[in-house]
Amino acid sequence: MSQTDNILEFRHISKYYPGVTALNDVSLAVRRGEIHALVGENGAGKSTLIKTCSGAIAPSEGELIVNGRTFKKLTPSESEANGIGVIYQEFNLVGDLSVAENIFLGRAIRRGIVIDRKAMERESQKILESLRIQINPRTLVKNLSVGYQQMVEIAKAMSQDAQLLIMDEPSAPLTNAEVESMFAVVDLLKKKGVSIIYISHRLEEIFRLSDRVTVLRDGQYVTTMNTAETDKDELVRYMVGRKLTEIYPARKPGCIKDEVLFEAKDVCGNGDQNISLKIRRGEVLGLGGLVGAGRTEFSELMFGMEPKTSGKFYFKGKEINPQCPRDAIDIGIGLVPEDRKAKGALLGLSIRENINMPIYPRISRGGVIQEQKERQCAEKYKEEISIKAPHVEQIVKNLSGGNQQKVILAKWLAADSELLIFDEPTRGIDVGAKQEIYTLINGLVEQGKSVLMISSEMEELMGMSDRIMILAEGVVSGELQREEFDQETIMQYASKERKG
Amino acid sequence: MVKQRAIWAFLVLMIVFFSVMSSNFLSVRNLLNVVKQVSIYGIASVGMTYVILLGGIDLATGSIISFINILAAYFMVNLGWHPAAAIVLSLVASTFIGFLNGIVIAQIKMPALIVTFASQTIFAGLAYIICNGTPISRFPESFLVLGQGYVGPVPVPVILMVVCFAVGAFILIKTYFGRYFYALGGNEEAAELSGIHVKKVKCLVYSLSGLFAGIAGLVMLARANTGQPNAGVGYEFDVITCVVLGGVSVNGGSGKISNVIAGVLIIGVLSNGMVLLNVSSYMQMVIKGIILLLAVGSDCIQQQNLLKAK
Repeated sequence: MSQTDNILEFRHISKYYPGVTALNDVSLAVRRGEIHALVGENGAGKSTLIKTCSGAIAPSEGELIVNGRTFKKLTPSESEANGIGVIYQEFNLVGDLSVAENIFLGRAIRRGIVIDRKAMERESQKILESLRIQINPRTLVKNLSVGYQQMVEIAKAMSQDAQLLIMDEPSAPLTNAEVESMFAVVDLLKKKGVSIIYISHRLEEIFRLSDRVTVLRDGQYVTTMNTAETDKDELVRYMVGRKLTEIYPARKPGCIKDEVLFEAKDVCGNGDQNISLKIRRGEVLGLGGLVGAGRTEFSELMFGMEPKTSGKFYFKGKEINPQCPRDAIDIGIGLVPEDRKAKGALLGLSIRENINMPIYPRISRGGVIQEQKERQCAEKYKEEISIKAPHVEQIVKNLSGGNQQKVILAKWLAADSELLIFDEPTRGIDVGAKQEIYTLINGLVEQGKSVLMISSEMEELMGMSDRIMILAEGVVSGELQREEFDQETIMQYASKERKG
Repeated sequence: MVKQRAIWAFLVLMIVFFSVMSSNFLSVRNLLNVVKQVSIYGIASVGMTYVILLGGIDLATGSIISFINILAAYFMVNLGWHPAAAIVLSLVASTFIGFLNGIVIAQIKMPALIVTFASQTIFAGLAYIICNGTPISRFPESFLVLGQGYVGPVPVPVILMVVCFAVGAFILIKTYFGRYFYALGGNEEAAELSGIHVKKVKCLVYSLSGLFAGIAGLVMLARANTGQPNAGVGYEFDVITCVVLGGVSVNGGSGKISNVIAGVLIIGVLSNGMVLLNVSSYMQMVIKGIILLLAVGSDCIQQQNLLKAK
């Protein structure tokens, strides 16, 4: 083994996609035995950078130095062979196999052609014990909690002698108690001399765990600091590159009208319980909470994707009961979903077709589309919210994330939606485009439309909302008026555990 | 784009090849014959294009052709109905069969492959049951026009095929149902969230597939002048080959009727040319199978390259 100080070095790494620079000349070194935090907003390039060293993608330019060996690019097996292990947000586990079988997945210990189950279980037990994780290696993975599944992932990486463990948002799916156990394992790994790259949105974790922290912004390296020598404010400043007020454009005062546009009364279903809320005309209501708190689930109830089991929805004072998205659209509700590529945009179709999709029956006569109206409508909204594309015939797949998001919004403008549900509106969108989306949201409420914005980004939630409701485990755990907005309070409400 | 032109280039290449190999190939009479022979595939391929565009498959096409063959024959000969009544009712029946496929696929979310595979067997069996296994013949002259008549030099089946293609293309390009087919084939969930009634569209598409198969069945009956319970056996294979050869992606979401026409003509030219060159019918099966593999293979490679390009 080479004795260099750095276990991994990124040298001038760039990654270009058509029309997008995901990484621009990033250089960064991870020292042997340190916990190196990587922070930055969504779209800053953290995941892309990680993928270059896990072998998932090849950098367009630059080189990687792993344990003193230089690589232009790594394949996943080279990455593994050189002691790099990655714990992704989505686990690579097979639920119907046991813990031991998962740890040795693809590398089963064999005697001849027969799998040596005993030996695998014995080895797994050793690894798990060394990490002080108490799981029976014979348990099926699907019967484990998310926290323990993550432990299995870590054990799997360690069984391959990983010297560098990359953890991508490891705390995101975990409960508070699970996060503590995860921290304990991370500390233990560090004592064993394993280096760790730790990616997290939660700054408290960065300060709790890391030795050094590197900030990325818009695909560029910003700085690396000793964690002990910086504070939250400084980090945030580096991450966003400007003050919060500058990102969130000012809204005309007096948008909010007295009229209640939408109301939910004691709505249950899809994992949510007794949700009551009101949205006024011209208001941005923020819906906060942790991943899995039931926010997206609630939007699915509103949009007719899932049936509610009890409770009532009202729109403009009249009771509504959408059975399918079409019903919701006809009522005047539009959904800009979280997973833009899988649910929002029809990627293979043109901007024109995407924008007109909900209103085709309206612009058709006897089923035949009036093509002039179709084109005019597309042109109008492309212009109005400045979708950046040469023409409306452009296939949506080839647009940047921000522009895809605008196409989805344009669709609802064309459909005259009065209430827009935005689920994580700026996820995976670069900072410049983010601001444009915010300006568009402001424009919506200034026109007297209403917005329900689901967001996991604290700053975004506080920067954009007129009022915030917080969900935890499927129930409303708190409500804050603008003047009460405070990160700590929101986190407290969000992590409230349901009683009983 | 390259691939779309490639289909037509391939057709021309094949015509040149068979013209050189067989002196009988390149004559107006033989070429009209080719077009007449493919008319049944051509008509059925319109419905199949929609189905595959949706990302589905319809293996029942051949059985629907057989079933309608026997049903219409039974109406006219055994029940003595007027051909017009027999035609209308047969088409209602074939559309309904398609609708049944569609509703099971959409509502119960069973794989189209299995649903249509099952209904293939069911309706093949029913065809035999209706006619007791014996062919039915002696139809009114007015009915036979459908398969044997000419308008000037042009055979009526060819005219019917052209009309079906025209209607098929019109639905796909000019009506919003066409837009829905592409949307659904591209991404079902996003289509639903854009306000499309996904289940209804699926039922519609399989119904249309049944309808076009029914028309094909009637043309076949009029041409053969005998209702055979096994008339359509294996037809779905040729129809699927035509559609896929015509560049409709088996993953759904992309394809054009105009290129499917090329696919149909290629199969026609190939079958006719191989007969002229005395290629055995067994060898013809082998060659058609290989062509289906190549067509789907090139589509899959293209899809993978698209993914990589991302």
